[in-house]
Amino acid sequence: MTEACVGFTRVLRGAGLQCGPDRVQAFLAATEHVDLYWAGRLTLCADPDDLPRYDAAYRAYFGGTPPRPRTTVELDSMTVGVAASDVEVLKHKDISEFNAAPLIARLRPLPPRRRSRRLKKARRGRMDLARTVRAMIEVGGEITRPRHRRRGTKARRLVLLIDVSGSMAAYSDALLRFAHVVARAMPVEVRTVGTRLTRVTRQLRERDQERALRAVGRAIPDYEGGTRLGDTIRRFNQQWRQRGAVVVLFSDGWERGDPALLAAELARLRRTSHRVLWANPHAGKPGYRPVQRGVVAALPHVDRMIAGHSVHALEELLEEVRRA
Amino acid sequence: MDSPEELASGLDRAGYLPDGGVATAAFLAVRMGRPLFLEGEPGTGKTSLALALAKAMNVPLIRLQCHEGIDATQALYDWDYPRQLMHLRVLETRGEVDEASLYTRRFLLARPLLQALENAPCVLLVDEIDRADDEFEAFLLEVLSENAVSIPEFGEIRATTPPLTVLTSNRTREVHDALKRRCLYHWLEHPSLGREVAILRRTLPGLDERLAVKVAEAVHRMRGLDLLKPPGVAESLDWARALQALGHTEPDATTLGAVLKYREDADRVIGSTIVG
Repeated sequence: MTEACVGFTRVLRGAGLQCGPDRVQAFLAATEHVDLYWAGRLTLCADPDDLPRYDAAYRAYFGGTPPRPRTTVELDSMTVGVAASDVEVLKHKDISEFNAAPLIARLRPLPPRRRSRRLKKARRGRMDLARTVRAMIEVGGEITRPRHRRRGTKARRLVLLIDVSGSMAAYSDALLRFAHVVARAMPVEVRTVGTRLTRVTRQLRERDQERALRAVGRAIPDYEGGTRLGDTIRRFNQQWRQRGAVVVLFSDGWERGDPALLAAELARLRRTSHRVLWANPHAGKPGYRPVQRGVVAALPHVDRMIAGHSVHALEELLEEVRRA
Repeated sequence: MDSPEELASGLDRAGYLPDGGVATAAFLAVRMGRPLFLEGEPGTGKTSLALALAKAMNVPLIRLQCHEGIDATQALYDWDYPRQLMHLRVLETRGEVDEASLYTRRFLLARPLLQALENAPCVLLVDEIDRADDEFEAFLLEVLSENAVSIPEFGEIRATTPPLTVLTSNRTREVHDALKRRCLYHWLEHPSLGREVAILRRTLPGLDERLAVKVAEAVHRMRGLDLLKPPGVAESLDWARALQALGHTEPDATTLGAVLKYREDADRVIGSTIVG
């Protein structure tokens, strides 16, 4: 029985659940108290996203039906060395036209900051009664100089929404690599949008970029499909309840759904966010005019539209995010 | 308590109607002495489960409401500085300054976590952990895994029996995996139609059964409309209460304010066929 259970956790790990040794141990201990299904569900899942995967794996492993095959997307994993003198030229080149991964890997993102409610030691600010009294006790109750504390700053949450629909195909790989670099540097929430909304934050936490991107590829069911931005942003608005984040939407705005819905959902997103930035790969190109239906509908509801087509543009975007 | 079913009937007597999953989760938490991490839509009964557990097990409930910036002095303990200073002055007049006497239990103010460790067995509710900062999470993790705190000036305080800890989160941010790993995880869904009718009738004695069914049905259909704020159980209770008070026999548009908290949502529901 124990062996079967351990085998099951291996299957779950393959399905993307975090079944570390301590979780497996808890699972085995739990089977002594409750039935197998619940023992596993309560100890091995950690997120609502895990539940359907758990159910599927459970049916497959203990019920005999094989797990449904997942579509895998192999993303470009070639890396090329770049000579320093070429870097400046390449920085301005459209990332759909060359392998920008090495340049993107060199970006050093910094998080946007906001005031925190947490009080820290400081030279000025509110009086810190605890430290002041402790100092007084140290000198036997004599009055000493008062100690202070004040509010510090804290990294503001960043959300990246990356359009992986067909029209963005040439950019998706580079943008996901960009997301990986950002995810290594600061707390960030990453979702892909297209016809569906897929959370890839966890996959991007993997240190190794190639492995992270392969995991992302496996997670995205609608790679190079159509675009229903309005729908997917609505889903995002429903799921994500955190206020005050900086949200960056990477998309070309080729919306096939209802533009009015897109406008309404972006308006809602903007009300709950600190800033909504739209990075549009076409916006940086000469002669670009925002005339696509989706873009026209969305533009009034974003704080800024910025270019998102070159490494240089991504650098500027990071600067914009940092100052947000 | 020997089975999830037994715990379920205990919760039922305490006024909480659990489904099988909740009862199993709570039962396992008691059995394994592990904290229970509850997530789910607002209004699915996360907090009230903790209240009911305390009642069902006949132990005190100690509640820690999390908020941004919460720190150890608000959650765990603090020293009573004014009293310490006074004590110091008294000692001084007698000419016997003894620093150790300042850091004794009587100058220690127990905040919820310390209270829970000192008063166990009890239910410790750490409500809305997603509102606290990650520094606080790390600190909480330490207390939960040791069931003890060590106070540098004083020494260690250890719980004789670990408190049954219930953590709730509305998922406004992701809670660190290290904390979740210490806990049993359960996702709470809105109750089924039948269970919601039962909850309404259980909580509001004298509520007409037909009205209870109609309210529950209407609320269920609203949850399917993908509203900005889908109504929770608390809202269906409010609605039923309002209709009952007004002597109405049908859910209607005039009382929608009890269920829906956004104008857009109300417009949407009025545009549907859910209420007349």
